[in-house]
Amino acid sequence: MTSTLKILGLTKRFQGVDALTAVSFDVAAGERVALLGHNGAGKSTMMKIILGLTPATEGEVQVCGAAPGSAAARRQVAYLPENVAFHPALTGEEQLRHYLSLRGESPKLALDLLERVGLHAAARRRIGTYSKGMRQRVGLAQALIGHPRLLVLDEPTSGLDPVSRRDFYSLLDGLAAEGASILLSSHALTEVEARTDRILILSGGRLVATGSLGDLRRRADLPVTLHVTARNGHAPLIAQSLPGAIQVGGLLHLTCAQSQKLDVLGRIAGLGDKVADLEVLPPSLEDIYSHFSKRDGQ
Amino acid sequence: MNRILTTAVSEFRIALRNRWVAIALVLMAVFSLVLSLAGSAPSGGLGVDRLSVTVASLTSLSVYLVPLLALLMSFDAIAGEVERGTLPLLLTYPVARIEVLLGKLLAHLSILALAVALGHGLAAGVAFAQDAQAAAGLAALWRLSWSSVLLGATFLGAGYAVSALARRPSGAAGLAIGLWLGLVVLYDLGLLAAVVADNGGWFTTEAFPFALLANPADAFRLFNLSASGAMGAAAGVGGAAAAIPVWQSMVPVLLWPLAALSLAALAFRKVTP
Repeated sequence: MTSTLKILGLTKRFQGVDALTAVSFDVAAGERVALLGHNGAGKSTMMKIILGLTPATEGEVQVCGAAPGSAAARRQVAYLPENVAFHPALTGEEQLRHYLSLRGESPKLALDLLERVGLHAAARRRIGTYSKGMRQRVGLAQALIGHPRLLVLDEPTSGLDPVSRRDFYSLLDGLAAEGASILLSSHALTEVEARTDRILILSGGRLVATGSLGDLRRRADLPVTLHVTARNGHAPLIAQSLPGAIQVGGLLHLTCAQSQKLDVLGRIAGLGDKVADLEVLPPSLEDIYSHFSKRDGQ
Repeated sequence: MNRILTTAVSEFRIALRNRWVAIALVLMAVFSLVLSLAGSAPSGGLGVDRLSVTVASLTSLSVYLVPLLALLMSFDAIAGEVERGTLPLLLTYPVARIEVLLGKLLAHLSILALAVALGHGLAAGVAFAQDAQAAAGLAALWRLSWSSVLLGATFLGAGYAVSALARRPSGAAGLAIGLWLGLVVLYDLGLLAAVVADNGGWFTTEAFPFALLANPADAFRLFNLSASGAMGAAAGVGGAAAAIPVWQSMVPVLLWPLAALSLAALAFRKVTP
């Protein structure tokens, strides 16, 4: 498999502050990779280095086999910046015609692109009148120009409503199926909606975890929470047979390791009709993300 | 080339919507008309055609107005992109920074050229209406027109350089106004003071003409005055104009735009988005 993006031992220092420390990873053709991290974790810095907007302090970066920011790399890479902005005096169509021409494509494709992101109706209105979500769609439309081999998307779903977010991810699926690599960043695991092949978690400029959502879930091995509702008056009795349970009125809260989950469930089932209801809560995406991103004492 | 053209088209559209095109055209038209009507009054005794006299007045107008318009249009060119946050995205496109700069220059310069053509056209119209011999001044008017456009290019380049150095529109605006005041107004006052203090010594006879050529605005004025000797009387620098051959004053008029643009390219290269 050919790598579209190769990063080896990447380090970036700003005036003595380490923004990124020894980060290494590859992105294969057609792979969708999510880059997660808090504000200031180094996501945007990493993207700017990949795009050649900022030089790296140390390490090696290869984009489609070329140096980041070189003419060859720029021809094959599309970018959607965080809080994307355009000149307010231009219309969406004019702005896209300009970007199409800069990439050597026919400006006539502008309306098609706007249609793909659902902005066809506003094509002839000035961008100054657009909402944040509409600007974000213009940004997405310009990133689709000319079949890029690598899309670098900095918080692409911010400002999008849930339905648009769903549409956005299905657009990405189509691009990935055509062989484009996608690197997108986000604040939270819930936002990438498990629609990516691999997740990278950055914390304090270091890569602290990488793998699919399933991998991360297994590796984090976070406890499962169980909520047991007791039938009238049986709560103290149940608390006795379930050591570690915390009783809150008629409700019992219990946590156990993944490996003990079936065992505990068996014991609860053994209590028979003393139990009115049972709820099993697996660790949420937020829990898994916090587990990895807080490991370095953030 | 295509990338320069598409940038120019976009920039022209923006200037049109921001009213810069209208402002430039109206200012040049109004001032040219006023000068050509007022400037015709004292021409009777000189024995020169109306248009040549008008050209002398228009030269002074261009020295002040063209650099001002150029700086007003250019100070926002790079600082504005930085402030709006549009620069990082633009620089990830396969377009060289010099192409961005040349595209903006092409748009802004064509606006200036339009304004100059309109102003000078109106002035020529007035001159022809009042004097049948006005055709004698056409060569001088043509020279004034193309050198005005070059003067505009110089100050556009300077404006882009200032814009890239300041990185914030407010700072760039201040620097641009300072530049205009310094090169167009204060420089001449300084030279005047030096000439008075020198009292006909080495500075006045040897250095003064070259001090004029070192300033793009003065070089422009000198070139236009020395090229048409009849107008020497119309301006204070007539003496200096007579002392310098036309080709010598033409060289800085041609070189300054290149120098200013190189400066802008250098400053823009240093901008990290």
